[in-house]
Amino acid sequence: MGGVQAALGGDGGRASAHRMTMLMAYADAISVRPGDTIGFKVSCDAAEHYNARIVRLLSPEAGPMAPPFRTEPVDTPVNGRHPARTQPLRAGSWAMVPAHPLIGSLRSFSIAALIWPTLPGDGRQAIAGTWSESACTGFGLMLNEAGEAELRLGGTVLRSGEKLLPRKWHFVAASYDAATGAVVLHQDLLADKTMTVASSVTRQTTASSVASRNGALLFAAWHVADSDGLAGDLPMVGGCFNGKIERPRLANRALDRGALLALMGGTIPAGLVETIVASWDFSRDIETEVIRDTSPNRLNGVTVNLPARAMIGQNWDGSEMNWRHAPHQYGAIHFHDDDMIDARWETDFSFAVPADLRSGCYAAMLEAAGAQFQVAFFVRPPKGRPTADIVYLASSATYTVYCNNIGRIRSVMTEAVQGRLTVIDAIDILLLEHPELGYSTYDRHRDGSGICYSSRLRPATNIRPTGRFWNYCIDLFIVDWLERSGLAYDVITDDDLHAEGLDLLRPYRVLVTGSHPEYESLQMMDALDGWMRQGGRMMYLGGNGFYWRIAYHPMRPGTIEVRRSEDGTRAWDAEVGEYYHSFTGEYGGLWRRNNRAPQALAGVGFISQGFDHSSYYRRTDAAHDARTAFIFDGVAEEILGDFGILQGGAAGLEIDCVDPMLGTPPHALVVARSENHSNTYELVNEEVRVAHGLTDGVINQQIHADMVFFETQSGGAVFSTGSIAYAGSFGHRDFANPIARLTWNVLRRFADPAPFSVPRSGPPA
Amino acid sequence: MYRFDASRLDLAREYKARPFGEHSPDLQYLLNLMRTRETDGRHVLVMTQPHAQWTLARLTNGNQGPPRLTNVTFDNLEAAEWAVFRLRWEAMAGAPLPIE
Repeated sequence: MGGVQAALGGDGGRASAHRMTMLMAYADAISVRPGDTIGFKVSCDAAEHYNARIVRLLSPEAGPMAPPFRTEPVDTPVNGRHPARTQPLRAGSWAMVPAHPLIGSLRSFSIAALIWPTLPGDGRQAIAGTWSESACTGFGLMLNEAGEAELRLGGTVLRSGEKLLPRKWHFVAASYDAATGAVVLHQDLLADKTMTVASSVTRQTTASSVASRNGALLFAAWHVADSDGLAGDLPMVGGCFNGKIERPRLANRALDRGALLALMGGTIPAGLVETIVASWDFSRDIETEVIRDTSPNRLNGVTVNLPARAMIGQNWDGSEMNWRHAPHQYGAIHFHDDDMIDARWETDFSFAVPADLRSGCYAAMLEAAGAQFQVAFFVRPPKGRPTADIVYLASSATYTVYCNNIGRIRSVMTEAVQGRLTVIDAIDILLLEHPELGYSTYDRHRDGSGICYSSRLRPATNIRPTGRFWNYCIDLFIVDWLERSGLAYDVITDDDLHAEGLDLLRPYRVLVTGSHPEYESLQMMDALDGWMRQGGRMMYLGGNGFYWRIAYHPMRPGTIEVRRSEDGTRAWDAEVGEYYHSFTGEYGGLWRRNNRAPQALAGVGFISQGFDHSSYYRRTDAAHDARTAFIFDGVAEEILGDFGILQGGAAGLEIDCVDPMLGTPPHALVVARSENHSNTYELVNEEVRVAHGLTDGVINQQIHADMVFFETQSGGAVFSTGSIAYAGSFGHRDFANPIARLTWNVLRRFADPAPFSVPRSGPPA
Repeated sequence: MYRFDASRLDLAREYKARPFGEHSPDLQYLLNLMRTRETDGRHVLVMTQPHAQWTLARLTNGNQGPPRLTNVTFDNLEAAEWAVFRLRWEAMAGAPLPIE
């Protein structure tokens, strides 16, 4: 060993920077109004107390090369010291049917289901039953350590002796005859479209006595105690299953193999109707957290932590891609032992938003024994009383979708994609230390399936004014620039826009986006489109915006679904047949595959990404058009933005360009275009039909950011920069630079009520 | 097939001169190799002062676990890139890179 390795002294050791105190928190809302109350839920160990401060954020913490971190204190009784306590994080999704006499009184019984295990052999996992792991009572159909089906019935254990195959459909069933003591277990590997050979195994034994249990019947989990002390009446569980469960059945007598198989059909045979305790059909109520028993007993239940629904079932034959058209083929629920949608923590302190608190970006700044954590939230203006002509739309949907992105840290491909070393900080390390925080829709579950749901009801390591420059943190550069504009602005969020639509935007003349408004629901797109058609003026100050379609959960505010179908720059692929959102039934994927390409709204759309180096724009001839003179008032430079804190330039990270075929209006003017991008800038895959190798920024002419202006009907206009890095240039030379100036020029003109006019005939883009 | 060549010191010099931005095709190949071979103990930087100090670290447990920090810190990211480049060169060549 020599050279640098020797100088390092091996692999070092635990860092002095490693925290001994763990501090995490989240809030019960992200957007509030004066008069509302927002509850903060905190978990802190190895400290007696933590300190909290509510502040308004005027900029991000961006280090010595950037303008200083500016916050404005909020006078509130919650500022100060609070007693610390630890609150648990219990990841894993499952389903529960509340305790019922029909289940608790069972003596003889049969239980059956179709399962598609994804991690057989990776620890014991529950399938269905009333089994209590702590008391060894009840019955439980499960997978054992070896990945075999197993029935536990009091002290009796019966195993199939054959490991289930991952990602293959199996029929598993068990019965117990109280009169004879006979216990029978069946495990069938079912035939499918591959050449895998179907097989079947049946085992039996005798149980002398069985301790019954009058508890809830669980799917994908077993009981470990009567209560976990959290809000609600949920039991404490363990043994979470990984994989799909479909069509579970429960009968009140020991049925033979033929009868058990007959129960798996869509209709219960007449001769077996009287034996049925419950026949659950997971293809019902797919949009909800309800599981429906279609038997007369109606032993309905609920899911916990949102296991994935609208999943293709064992009978999916590929003839239909939309679950609404053939729900009976979408009767599977995919459970994961790392699902985390709601931590269900108790509230530690509540902030009553003062009636006179101005709209803005706020955070609870928490600190305990050297550990820090921040919980961001937004304050809107009072209902029906906007305070400005300008509104800043905070990308709360995008923040949520990225919530706890672990892939960028763990993936061995990250550095190749980004062209630089991965940087993390102490709060990012929390995510590595606590996988139970749950990850983002950029990540996969432990079993390899894509994470399609995300929520903020858990600590978020990415929505804060500190750390890596991305999304929220970069957006605060825009907030800083707005603060210094001298113009008033209100703040709203994606969540508000989804819920309230066009009415929310109607009072405003100018809308300013964040740096990366990547995720939109149909309601958000409709609101933006409608507002612009009525004269709204949009400043899209980012890159890769309006890209993915999302669905908000119909009952859980702030919970978002993403189905990554077909193409687009994405961390995982939805399974074929699972492209439609379970929350809404809408087709998932890129907006350009949903007749709403970003170019149609903003004039530009995603073309490339690279993270090693940001470049600059060069003014085009169109910059000298009389229509765009206002943009460049006082700006003499031809090269724009060859500076900035985000990799040294205004054009970079993720960049967009015009495309008339995808909707850029014919009269749009490209006033500046970037050039000279590096090797790490690769053409987005939706632009590569046949792999040709000419895909990096060094050789591909498509790869550039376009700064675009165009007028809209009813006196409106759009200004788009097409670059995430743009916001990092605002603060250069204390805001005395052409990027800050030209963008202020646009802001002031857009805030001026004088209408814009669409030219009768303009040059093509 | 592109293979590591310890005699290509020109690529190391090119990288040192410009760690970020456009690279020659051969340097880009080399970087792609270097950056994707650490399936365990991947080098990362832990920001120990906000955007001012970074500490060299390696992920643990097959890149799934928390980083183990070294006692090497940097006050700029270019220096960190060069230090890791030298470590990786040494690991691939079996001998230190003869360029400081």
